[in-house]
Amino acid sequence: MAEFFHRKLERNAIGFVVAIVAVASIGGLVEIAPLFTIDETVEDAPDMRVYTPLELAGRNIYIREGCYACHSQMIRTLRDEVERYGPYSLAVESKYDHPMLWGSKRTGPDIARLGDKYSDAWHVAHLINPRDVVPESVMPKYGWLARNALRTDDLGLHLKAMSRVGVPYTQEMIDNATNDAFGQASPDSSFAGGVTERYGEATHVRAFDGDAARLTEMDALVAYLQILGKLTDAAQPKTASAEE
Amino acid sequence: MDFSHDTLVAFSKSWGLFYLLAMAAGVLIYTFWPSNKKRFDRAKKSILDKDDKPGK
Amino acid sequence: MVAQLTSGERQLSLVVLFLLGLAGLAMGVAGRGDPIGVHGLMVLVIAAGLAFVVMASFYAPEPSPERLDHYYDDPSKVGIVLTMIWAVIGMFLGVWVASLLAWPDLTFDAGWASFGRLRPAHTSAVIFGFGGNALIATSFHVLQRTSRARLPDQFSPWFVLIGYNIFCVIAAAGYFMGVTQSKEYAEPEWYADIWLVIVWVVYFAIYLRTLARRKEPHIYVANWYYMAFILVVAILHIVNNLAVPISLGSAKSYSLFSGVQDAMTQWWYGHNAVAFFLTAGFLGMMYYYLPKRAGRPIFSYRLSIISFWGITFLYMWAGSHHLHYTALPQWVQTLGMTFSVVLLVPSWASAGNALATLNGAWHKVRDDATLRFMMVAAVFYGLTTFEGSFMAIRPVNSLSHYTDWTVGHVHAGALGWVAMITFGSIYSIVPWLWKRERMYSARLVEVHFWLALAGTIIYVFAMWNSGIIQGLMWRTYNESGTLTYSFIESLVAMHPYYIARAFGGLLFLTGAVVGSYNVWMTIRSASASLAKPTEDMPEARLSPEPAE
Repeated sequence: MAEFFHRKLERNAIGFVVAIVAVASIGGLVEIAPLFTIDETVEDAPDMRVYTPLELAGRNIYIREGCYACHSQMIRTLRDEVERYGPYSLAVESKYDHPMLWGSKRTGPDIARLGDKYSDAWHVAHLINPRDVVPESVMPKYGWLARNALRTDDLGLHLKAMSRVGVPYTQEMIDNATNDAFGQASPDSSFAGGVTERYGEATHVRAFDGDAARLTEMDALVAYLQILGKLTDAAQPKTASAEE
Repeated sequence: MDFSHDTLVAFSKSWGLFYLLAMAAGVLIYTFWPSNKKRFDRAKKSILDKDDKPGK
Repeated sequence: MVAQLTSGERQLSLVVLFLLGLAGLAMGVAGRGDPIGVHGLMVLVIAAGLAFVVMASFYAPEPSPERLDHYYDDPSKVGIVLTMIWAVIGMFLGVWVASLLAWPDLTFDAGWASFGRLRPAHTSAVIFGFGGNALIATSFHVLQRTSRARLPDQFSPWFVLIGYNIFCVIAAAGYFMGVTQSKEYAEPEWYADIWLVIVWVVYFAIYLRTLARRKEPHIYVANWYYMAFILVVAILHIVNNLAVPISLGSAKSYSLFSGVQDAMTQWWYGHNAVAFFLTAGFLGMMYYYLPKRAGRPIFSYRLSIISFWGITFLYMWAGSHHLHYTALPQWVQTLGMTFSVVLLVPSWASAGNALATLNGAWHKVRDDATLRFMMVAAVFYGLTTFEGSFMAIRPVNSLSHYTDWTVGHVHAGALGWVAMITFGSIYSIVPWLWKRERMYSARLVEVHFWLALAGTIIYVFAMWNSGIIQGLMWRTYNESGTLTYSFIESLVAMHPYYIARAFGGLLFLTGAVVGSYNVWMTIRSASASLAKPTEDMPEARLSPEPAE
């Protein structure tokens, strides 16, 4: 007796509440629940590495400045996108992204594969005044990034929180986070060696903003931009199978 | 997790469908149940009542 | 207004404000050198200021028991004023960010004034500040009338209204300092999220307690929509904001989910925020104020029930259409697309129901700009939901996604539907609440209407054009089989549309300023000066309230 049942529900507001929650939850459960077992089906990327503390700090600046409002990091499986931006994005590539930064709007171009595409100097000049490099650009200027010193004292806490949500940072990485952030942007310092030791030989270790003596927010953001699409090579050979 | 991805997907798809049909049937029955007509008509007109005070 | 509270409620207010101030102090101390500390101090100042207001009337005589024979509308009144304030702030920020896309240097060389920080301030100020306050203020009004019961107490509605606005202020101030989770429309960080949950629980309790005391056997359908709004927003908010803060003295947190799960959760939230915040709640508004203002019952009550369950059920499936052709599994994309298309049925049923209600009252629509606001809102609701279903189809989405078309679609809904139904409801409710015969100036309502309509149309057409041109330019190939246009060429082509969009937004903002002035003058004018009865105000004779 659906009718009797519903009248009961409606007489009693609590029942009505339960009905709304039940009816509304189904769609979410059905679509989201299976995604938590998706590891079984998505591609594996054994070469995938985690973000270094400096790159993570840069990523947080990217979030802070709302870059995701105008730049996507998700190349769709469409021919023109693959030809314009590079191999389409795989799920595994953002598995360490808490939160993901796929984006929803391209006021500027997609930057999922921005890493190593331009020089550090280009990025610094572009961030200080985009119109010096690309006259027609409408991107904001980010001059303060070069002026602000990067906060590094709490990077260990950042790595620890990331490891709590499932990113495989080792205790050694967490303990050395602050030093590694400094070392990655000061290739001649004694801290530089630890970075490649912990995060791999391919890690960029250089003065991203051109000044090795000072660690700025610019260093962090450029370090992050230069690693975009470079954490794993899993996507590289798949170019040929892109959909029309 | 104990469930394999395929099991969850299959369950999601079938259960979702049955749920949709059952819910649609329930709502339609309720809405068109003859004895409900009076209460709906009353509710429909009640908001136009000009007495702007709580009921006693 | 404090004098209306009983002495017990005054004491409770002080206790709660003390606890709030303490929480602010704790945040300020624990978060020295971090944005959370600034937020803590703001909370402390707000709590102290409010405590001062309560203290000023703390020893006022007890309110007369006669008040229980009337509805409790003070929170709704303040809510309406806050709605108009947030509207002007949010739309001003909107015009500013729109201008930045046409003239990128129209700002200061400082972080707080950069596009990426202003943009969430704009979206939150209009969605949560303007929309949320309108929902809270009207829901209290509708709930009492349709239940024929007074709100259960006089403290909790204030807690909800003020608590919610503290959330909005924390959110907006946070964006300027760079505090954001980067989840669109869920940007505020963990502590603001927790606070909102507390506020929301009290809000929902008010609903249940009032309904429990109702004198009407049947719960009027508008309340169903308001309740779905409150409940589902709570679910969405909690799930999407699950995160681990790096420490209790830091604003920064890392979301529990990553990558593809996070994307699905975010857009399940994002799309349903549209569904249950910007649709269900405002449909509740429409199902009460439109028939009321037209003086005619809703066309089909049964249809409103069917569309209610349809919307509640179907919307939840549709979020994945934000992720077509991405790394999300294809079956989830297809499911999202299918349900998005089916969703058109209950959506159009609601829009059609509203328009059919006006059948036989079209002369009122012609003469009364307030009713016309609501009529146009229903039309835009129908148009936007059609457009939404259309854009959710995968091949269409391959063109429209990432372009300005999406922005145009959102604003067709936000300006054409949400803002118009809100302004229509506000112009109805203001004279009722303040016991006036009519608004201060009917002509200014008319001016507002045309500014709003012109602004919306210019905005939406500009974005349709730019979006489709953008989408086409990105996928145009030349004869040799390579891409014809560079990205920057597509951006240059957008320039005229970005100027037109900023102009459309400016018209809409001007309308909101005119509306605020009209509301303010209506409140300020003595009852006597607006005492002339008019025909389209059926609620003319209201019993006087006890002096405040």
